[in-house]
Amino acid sequence: MMTLIVLGSSFLSYCLMAYSSNPLSVFGESTEKNKEFLKLQMIRELQLDVPPPLRFFLWLRGAVSGLWGQLDLGTTRTGYEVLDVIGRAIPITFRLVIASTILAIVIGITIGMVTAIRQYTRFDYSMTFISFLLFSIPVFWVAVLLKVYLAIEFNNFLMSPTIPIEAVIGFGVVAGGIISGIIGGTRKFYFSMLLGTSVFFSALLQLASVTGWFLNPGLGIAGVGILAIGFAVMIVQLSTGLANKRSLIAGMSTAAFVIACYYPFQLLLNKESGISTIFLLFSITITAACFIGYHVEKIDKRVNIRTAALTAFLSTLPIVLDRFMQEFNGYYNSDSVHGRPVPTLSQASDVLTETELSNFWFTGLDAIMHLILPTLALTLISFAGYVRYSRASLLEVLNMDYIRTARAKGLNERTVIMRHALRNAMLPLTTILVNDFAGVIGGAIITEQVFGWKGMGSVFKDALDMYDLNLFMGVFILGAVLTIMANLAADLLYGVVDPRIRIRK
Amino acid sequence: MAIKKKDIATTEVSSGSISSKQTEGRSQGQIIVQKFVRHRVAMAAVFVLIFIIILVYTSSGIHLGTEANPIHISGWWPLYITDIDPEGALASVCNGGMTGCPTLDLFPEFIDGSPMQFGAHPIGSDVIGTDWWALVTRGTEQSIIVMIIVGGLGIILGTIIGAVSGFFGGIIDAVLMRITDMFLVTPTLILGAVIGSRFGNLGVVPLAVMLGLFAWMGLARFVRTEFLTLREREFVDAARVAGASNRRIIFKHILPNAMGVIIVSGTLLLSGAILSESALSYLGFGVRAPDVSLGLLISANQDAFMIAPWLFWWPGAFIIIIALSINFIGDGLRDAFDPRQIRTIGKKAKTIKEAKA
Repeated sequence: MMTLIVLGSSFLSYCLMAYSSNPLSVFGESTEKNKEFLKLQMIRELQLDVPPPLRFFLWLRGAVSGLWGQLDLGTTRTGYEVLDVIGRAIPITFRLVIASTILAIVIGITIGMVTAIRQYTRFDYSMTFISFLLFSIPVFWVAVLLKVYLAIEFNNFLMSPTIPIEAVIGFGVVAGGIISGIIGGTRKFYFSMLLGTSVFFSALLQLASVTGWFLNPGLGIAGVGILAIGFAVMIVQLSTGLANKRSLIAGMSTAAFVIACYYPFQLLLNKESGISTIFLLFSITITAACFIGYHVEKIDKRVNIRTAALTAFLSTLPIVLDRFMQEFNGYYNSDSVHGRPVPTLSQASDVLTETELSNFWFTGLDAIMHLILPTLALTLISFAGYVRYSRASLLEVLNMDYIRTARAKGLNERTVIMRHALRNAMLPLTTILVNDFAGVIGGAIITEQVFGWKGMGSVFKDALDMYDLNLFMGVFILGAVLTIMANLAADLLYGVVDPRIRIRK
Repeated sequence: MAIKKKDIATTEVSSGSISSKQTEGRSQGQIIVQKFVRHRVAMAAVFVLIFIIILVYTSSGIHLGTEANPIHISGWWPLYITDIDPEGALASVCNGGMTGCPTLDLFPEFIDGSPMQFGAHPIGSDVIGTDWWALVTRGTEQSIIVMIIVGGLGIILGTIIGAVSGFFGGIIDAVLMRITDMFLVTPTLILGAVIGSRFGNLGVVPLAVMLGLFAWMGLARFVRTEFLTLREREFVDAARVAGASNRRIIFKHILPNAMGVIIVSGTLLLSGAILSESALSYLGFGVRAPDVSLGLLISANQDAFMIAPWLFWWPGAFIIIIALSINFIGDGLRDAFDPRQIRTIGKKAKTIKEAKA
């Protein structure tokens, strides 16, 4: 069935595209002598003498032969294989889109859930307003603002990286407000929390400003340690509650293991290392975590393993981040950067030297710096939708009878939310999530345009500008295949999230 | 955590007692209108939207028709996008030589040293001296036209297709839904760009009509689902037994009950339309020069942001205000149409909470 739909819709778009563009129009004002010859040549080359509905089947013949491994999507107007062009563009777009989609999903769902739990509070109202606002802003508009205020101003700021005290306090209050809003509680608790966190963040920022941290960033063993313990507490609190001593021990010893690994890992993370080293790191810590989780208690082994493994994963991230940060000073002072580390255009620096190219951390940092702005723009725009959806979905679930039953049984609030409500609230979200992954090709066109990335978006725009039917159909068919795969994935995911569906099968 | 439980108890109890007092002796429509009017943010959004539409259309006037026989009704703003005033732009210089700065000065002389004034070009003018207010209001006008046509066509087509598909079911439903899927598989922006690259130069109305012909899919699905559940209800059986025709059942019995879904997703369609119009124009596939639209104005001037920020802020502000008010109206409508939700905002919610606690 899906194949038929794709066939139909590709036929539709082929004809739409073919009838809506006239490649011969470029000759309208041409004064060249061999105009007629060129015209004939183009007609021959693009098979313009075949009417579009029939020409579609010529194209289809190549596409269908993909079934027996000889996929032929034709050549572009400039003579390249469509497959090659798209093959080069896909990784670039995916890098951009996957990072921002994951970020948007994580942040959006977290905030959406929190606003649902803290319904009709200050936090709820402000987040609802912000998400509505972001929902109504065109992405290219945000992108221009980000370019100016984040890239250009930040680069200027790095020339003399001291932050004025007003900005330090302002940042502290905002960060404190968000955190204490999430934690909530009585009014008195809220304000003491606000005061405490604001002072903490202001002090942290002031410290960073005084020590010149922005030019020479890094977390060090202290930063990694604090983050690891923080993650451990957070995961334990969310999964089993801090009252569960065994679970807490599992989380804490995992965090301790990761901290103990900090110096040995520095030896592994040298200039010769690559993406495989990072995998090695994660597999070491997660294996150790599973071991710890398995042996910490005789019952409930699964829960402890899960807690420990999640802690290990989250607390290994800062170690990798720290390694990238250590590279920053060299990056900042290198010739290709010229002391302006946040770029506004393109997906990678063009003028890197041989040694820089061979250094994984250097090129990685370069890619990260280029990713920051477009990722932020895409995340800001798309996270608003997740906030709205997940808030509505969780609110609906919280009004269900089984939630009341769970509360009546005397379960604590954490168990009710995490075990009973959250899973059911995630159910309608899976469809949206999966479809968003499929729609990203279309969604990134504008962002790529604004930031000058050479991904699928620019390929598609070229195809439209040059009346390149083969290229256009290549982009289209990729989008359609992704949509179908997304629908399949959604069906499978439903089974994972909702046991009722599994049983019915 | 204790607060949480109280909240839930409050909503449940209040929906019983208060709603019965509020809804006594009122029709369904009256209840919805009343609930909507009480939604303060949504009502504010309605007024803002009406204000913007009136402001824009009266100041720029109405300009329709083809080049051969145009219809021009001038607005109260003296300049139109075809009037160029280079001397005026040159006269107002700021930011180290940038011409065409805004002449509006809201601060009196003792604050910033220059007298309060309105000036010839209060929000500035572009590089060649076209008044920016004229351009922005004209662009907003175009964006609103696109929004209304795309949204209207999308709502009408989506409702018809969804209603027919959901009501008749069977083979008609299967065929219509497969066609809907076919359109849904095609990414919206790709479809829009193909249409825009062909119809963009014909003017804004043909472009909007073409875009509207491809905007109905999401709504059709929602309406179909609604019709599928509604047609099994007793009142439909009763109508059929009484001898009502299919047309009468669809329009008189089921459609009024599906109005909630249609209106809510219709408003979302509207705000989506204005955003996608600006995105298409930004990419160069929408409205073309010499005509203007908000997306086109932003894309033409984004590089000048550092030296001429007013060229960037104003069109963006209009897009955001319009889209934001429509989204808020949609939110208010959703609450109004949802019988389970009794929204009590601000002080009233607190007093209820305290009373119940």
